[in-house]
Order: sequence, then structure tokens, then C-alpha cells
Amino acid sequence: MAHRHEVIVVGAGGAGLATALYAAREGADVAVVSKLYPTRSHTGAAQGGIGAALGNVEEDHWEWHMFDTVKGGDYLTDQDAAEVFAKEVIEAVIELEHMGLPFDRLPNGKIAQRRFGGHTKDWGKAPVHRAAHAADRTGHMILQTLYQQCVKHNITFYNEFHVTDVILVDGVARGLVAYELATGELHLFEAKAIVIASGGFGRIYKVTSNAYTLTGDLQAILYRKGLPLEDMEFYQFHPTGLFPLGILLTEGARGEGGILRNALGERFMERYAPTIKDLAPRDLVSRAMYLEVREGRGCGPKKDHVLLDLTHLPPEVIEKKLPDISEFSRIYLGVDPRKEPVPVMPTAHYAMGGIPTTLWGEVIRDEKNTVVPGLYAAGEAACVSLHGANRLGTNSLGDLVVFGRRAGIHAARFAKDQDYLELTEEHLGESRERIERIKNSTGKEKVAQLRAELQQSMMDHASVFRTGELLKKQVEVLKELMDRYQRIAIDDKGDAYNTELVEALELGYLLEVSEALVHSALNRTESRGAHAREDYPERDDQNWLKHTLAYKVGDGKVSFRYKPVVLGRFEPRARTY
Amino acid sequence: MQVTLKILRFDPAKDARPRWQTFQVEAEPWDRVLDLLHKVKGEQDGTLAFRRSCGHGICGSDAMLINGRNRLACKTLVKDLGSVITVEPIRGLPVEKDLIVDMEPFFAAYRAVKPFLINDEPPPERERLQSPQERERFDPGTKCILCAACTTSCPVFWTNGTYLGPAAIVQAHRFLFDSRDRGKRERFKALASASGVWRCRTAFNCTEACPREIPVTQLIEEVKREILFDRF
Repeated sequence: MAHRHEVIVVGAGGAGLATALYAAREGADVAVVSKLYPTRSHTGAAQGGIGAALGNVEEDHWEWHMFDTVKGGDYLTDQDAAEVFAKEVIEAVIELEHMGLPFDRLPNGKIAQRRFGGHTKDWGKAPVHRAAHAADRTGHMILQTLYQQCVKHNITFYNEFHVTDVILVDGVARGLVAYELATGELHLFEAKAIVIASGGFGRIYKVTSNAYTLTGDLQAILYRKGLPLEDMEFYQFHPTGLFPLGILLTEGARGEGGILRNALGERFMERYAPTIKDLAPRDLVSRAMYLEVREGRGCGPKKDHVLLDLTHLPPEVIEKKLPDISEFSRIYLGVDPRKEPVPVMPTAHYAMGGIPTTLWGEVIRDEKNTVVPGLYAAGEAACVSLHGANRLGTNSLGDLVVFGRRAGIHAARFAKDQDYLELTEEHLGESRERIERIKNSTGKEKVAQLRAELQQSMMDHASVFRTGELLKKQVEVLKELMDRYQRIAIDDKGDAYNTELVEALELGYLLEVSEALVHSALNRTESRGAHAREDYPERDDQNWLKHTLAYKVGDGKVSFRYKPVVLGRFEPRARTY
Repeated sequence: MQVTLKILRFDPAKDARPRWQTFQVEAEPWDRVLDLLHKVKGEQDGTLAFRRSCGHGICGSDAMLINGRNRLACKTLVKDLGSVITVEPIRGLPVEKDLIVDMEPFFAAYRAVKPFLINDEPPPERERLQSPQERERFDPGTKCILCAACTTSCPVFWTNGTYLGPAAIVQAHRFLFDSRDRGKRERFKALASASGVWRCRTAFNCTEACPREIPVTQLIEEVKREILFDRF
């Protein structure tokens, strides 16, 4: 079956819905294709807030926000992106409020703001109240509000459609192929512009805050087609994952005054970040936690985690401002955070890297910023690069509204001057072949088994700390897993809701993005932000103040090109907190 | 521990009606029901179909009938259920395969109440002000994750498929009591209609079923009162 829409957005999370909304406001005919039902995308799990220099609680400036973002990204952040972002996120938050988003309020009626890791006043002197929040379900509220607006604007949704291919004709994006879960039918979508907003890929790791559905589908599909993935080596671990599950406990808990403690009861962050302590950026805190455990000061019988202590906070602060994380802790661990500290360890959380784009979300194919006409990306799937080597908390929600909006507006305007290209059944071929191969396979390999091996090995060899030796080992593991993936077989041969087939496709994507990540990490011989090489512990601006573009060249090989970091207002300096 | 998992299966290509199938699964007391379903799917029978996404009670994908009650599989632990666990699809929506139901009627009801802020007054340059008390007034409804556990536990919804159902009314409540909203009368069209709030028989099933502890019945009553005492 064929469909036609001027702008087609892949993904119905915050970035996808923001894109769709602003494209529709520009007058475009917009459709959203999502493998989930609406409001089930992972933006809904974001808890703590959206950072914007509103200055509602204390003095703040967009320049401070920009500085924090650049420094937080260990100077790999493109400063033009950070500037656009820090300015426009203020307007974006106000617009969300006008759309009805139920932010928490100050007594004077303005939007309430709390502290968050790495956000400071006066160029790093002290933490600042910058994160606008709605209890500890800010992402949920953003997702709901944007979906509500999409309903208001009658935007077309294709729910539970799994995109299997992006059609590029002569280097121009022309359409999509998607597999309808309910029927097993392949659909052809003709578009004048396509926006990829399909989210991250935390499921490459065993311990992750990410949804089961975050499998890097579109990153992998573009990577297979010879387009690059940028800065994949920078993968963020969020310090406070509920141990051992990895469910996220917001950094807002530390913003409200929560403290990390080791087995001796020490507030160990005083040693690692004397100025802002527990509110240091995530890469620093995650590494500090691992070091405490490694040096024998971990908690519990196995000394394998640390504690997040909220017991000194007034119980009403926990109940009013952190209700959801308290509930997680009670349900999944039987721990009441009002009375006892909560076991935590870092959890795989956010891909700083992804599909490279311009400031308007246009996908680029090389280090010269050559645009792929008609193709856009926004949100976690994309890399503009706002987050550089390490994203500050709350900047993901800001990213998806600011750059989702820009992508939506640009895509709609681009589409106006384009004609549709008549696509044929032929364009379904590659997807059909891939699906038939999995369905008809007589192999013995199982999806769940291979996925578990991938997730464990990525955890062991390519997580918070890396070494050349471990990464080389993982290159070999990935080769073997990819080989075994060719012999994957599934039980379900049916057409209706063949979720096993979808999981098999997703496993393929997980393997591809893991490949890009591990090779990029092995290639970068320095430590910067979330990429901590124990064999190269220093940041090396001389050689590595540049973005990685990883290209698949087949047969388990990856080639690299480099893009200069856009500098400007802030010279790279040593990063201390 | 060994757990007996009884799942109501239905494959539209093979089954005329749903059938029970039993699996033995090794489980820990702190495992989620979702973990058991993944074990069955990954190790015993890949054809088992169910929805899930976030895995910790935020996305609302995996609402199902577990030991006779509507719950989220990712928020329900083995230790609270015992060694025999039954799992069925939520009731009142057409079953498409195994634990997957057609959500379209549910979302149609959602759309009918105009679930978006209605206010045509030109917005100020900065935020519209709202006191913490005004914000608190509609807080419960903002927790709703649209999982359908409430609506599909409602006996009126089972017998009358046109009833808007608790979830849609909760969404309406969220806007009716928002000091910024001006869409009251527009929403009343659906809410005060024959399929609206007056169908509610105050059975409290919805409140018991809500995995987010929203006082659903109370919110429905507040909407009824708002319609009743509205002065035209």
C-alpha cells in the first residue's frame, strides 16, 4: 500500500512530535510513523526538567547556559549549536507553557526551576536553578502536551509501523518503507521531506535506563546505506540508575539536595568536584562512582554499588517533587527513600552521537557538511552537535524542542518547492528480502540469546571506562555475533503482530550501532567527556579536538573522516568543577 | 522459584477463540511479570505477542489482566502474586493477538473530549501565570499514562462500547480545572452526551485499576458536578 505526505516524521517521541507540530504550523501535510502507540515513546521517561535561562528563581543568562553546555561537553560541543540552543530554549519553554504544559509553579505564578548537574551561574562558580520542571515527570508532560497539540492539528499518525528502509534516489530522500505490525504488510511512503526522530539505542547495553524499544533502528539503516554516524564513541552513563535494574532516578534528586555516599558514609564527590560536588556533570560522577567501587568502598554484601541519600530532605520535598522515583524505589527494591538511602550505579542513558546534521536538522553526508536533500534528523537520533562529549542533564528535552522545531520548519519549507517522486514496488524489495530471510531461516541462533550476549559484552568492554585491549576484544565479539546473526531463526512465521520478527530486525540494528560505537571508541586515543580511555587518560586537543564521522565499509570494517569542532566564544580550557 | 504462568493465547490466523496455555518459568520474587513474559518469549515460545516499551510503569504499553486485575506487567512483581500467575488481555477492546488489543476505540474516546488546552486569548510574552494552588487543582489527571487499565476495568465500558470511559474523562478533568483553559463548554458536548459521564455507575473499578494511583472515580464525580452546577 502506498501513502503520500509532504513531510513524514519517523518517531513519535518529543523530537518527532515537535517536528510534526511545527511542520504542520508551516502549512505542510504531515504524517508521523512510529513503531509504538503515541505517548509511549521514551521522552515520557525523562524526569527532572528542561533547562532554560528563564531566571525565575535567581539571576541567569543564556550565555551562562551556553558556557555550561560547551564546558559540560568537554569542548567538543559545536558552539554555534550551543548558542542557538541556549537562546531558543527559553522561547521553547514559554511556548510549551502556552500549549498547556503543567509546569510546577513558584508562589508568584511563574514556572518553577531547580538545580541540575553542570548548570552553574557566573561561569561555573555555583549551581543555579535552571531546570523548569513538572514534578519528576517533566518528559511525560512534554510528550503528552506535544501529542495533545498534534491531535488538535489533526496530524496523521501511522501507529505501530516499523520503518525498515529509507529510500534515497540519486542522493535525495524520497520515501520510506515500513512494516505494519498489525498485518505484516509492507507500506511504501512517498514524501518530499523525511525527518528521523527515532531516539537512541541504550539497549546495546545490559544495564540501561532506556526502553526495550530503543534500538537505534534509523541510525543503523542510514549507516548501512553509507551515510556516516558522528561521535558514536560518546555514550553517556547516568550516575543514578536504580541498582541493579538501571531504572533512572533523576539527577533532580541531587538538585533537591540528595547526596551520594560510599560504604564509609563519605560524601565522596567532595574529592572529585570540590566546587559543585554531587551536581558535577554525569561523566565525572559516573567515573567517580566506579572508582569508589573499584577501590573497595562500594556498599552492600558485594561492595558493588553506592548510595543516594535523601533521608535528610523534608519528607514533603520527596513526596511533592520526587514522587515517581520514590515509587520506583519502593516497588522495585522495597526501599523507602524517606527513611533509607537508595542503592544506585551508573546506567546507560544517552547517545551524544548519531546522525550528523546542520543547525536546521539537515542530514549531512561528509566532513564538508554536504547536505542530503530532503533528509532531516532531530532529537537523540541526531548529532548537531549540541552535547559534544557529554550532555548536561535537562539539555535533551531542550534539544528535542529546539531542534525538532527547527527541523520541522525547515522540512516544511523545503517540501513546498519539491515534487513527489513516483516510487514503485521495487523499493520494497530490500525490506521484503530481509524479512523473508529471517522468517525462512533454518538456523539455530535465537534473538534473545544473541541480544543478551551483545548487551553483556558491551557492558564489559565498552562502558564507562575503556581500554584499547578491551575495545579490540569487543571488535572480535561483534564480528562473531554478526556472523551468528546471519543464522538467526524465529518461531513466529505469522503476519499479525509478529513481534518476534521485529525483535530480530532490532537486533540487527543494535549490532550495527555497536559496531560504529566500538570502532569509534577504539579509534579515539584520548579521554574526553564520556569517553574515558584508561590507556589514554588525558584530553588531547592537539589531535582530537574534532568530530568523528564513522562510515561502514562492509565486512566488519569502519572508516573515519573528521569534522572540525565549531569554536567561538569559549576557548577550550581544563575542565574542573 | 518455579512459577506456573497461564497465558490466554489467541492467534487470529489459527484460533477461532482464545485458549489457555501454561508455561513453567524459573523466577525470582523480585522479578516483574514482564520479565517472565520475556523469558517465555525468548526461551520457550517466540510467537507470544505482547506490548511493552519502557519497562518501569511510565509508558503504559503493557497493561494486562494479571491474576484477574488490570495492572502493568512491568510494575507487578512475582512476590506479590504467588506461584501461579494468570495473564489475559485487558477487557472490552478487540483482541488482535495474544495480549495485544486494538487501542483505537480507546484513543477515539480520548480525542472526543478535546484533550488539549483551549485558549484563544493572545498569549503573553512570558508564561501565563498560575498559582501553585491552581496548578495543584488538576495535578492528579496529569499523571495519566493512557494505559487503558481504568477504562477496560469499567463494567459500563464492557457492556456499552460507546461510553467515553474513565481515562477520557480524566483527560477532560485535567483541562476543565486548569485555570488557563477556556474550553469548558466545548468539552461538555461530549462529556454531557448520552455516552458521557452520566453513564458512570461509580463502581470504583477504575480507581482500583489505576497503576498511577489516580483517584479516577473522584475525578469523574468532580466532572459530573461541574456539568451539573454550570451556569449557562
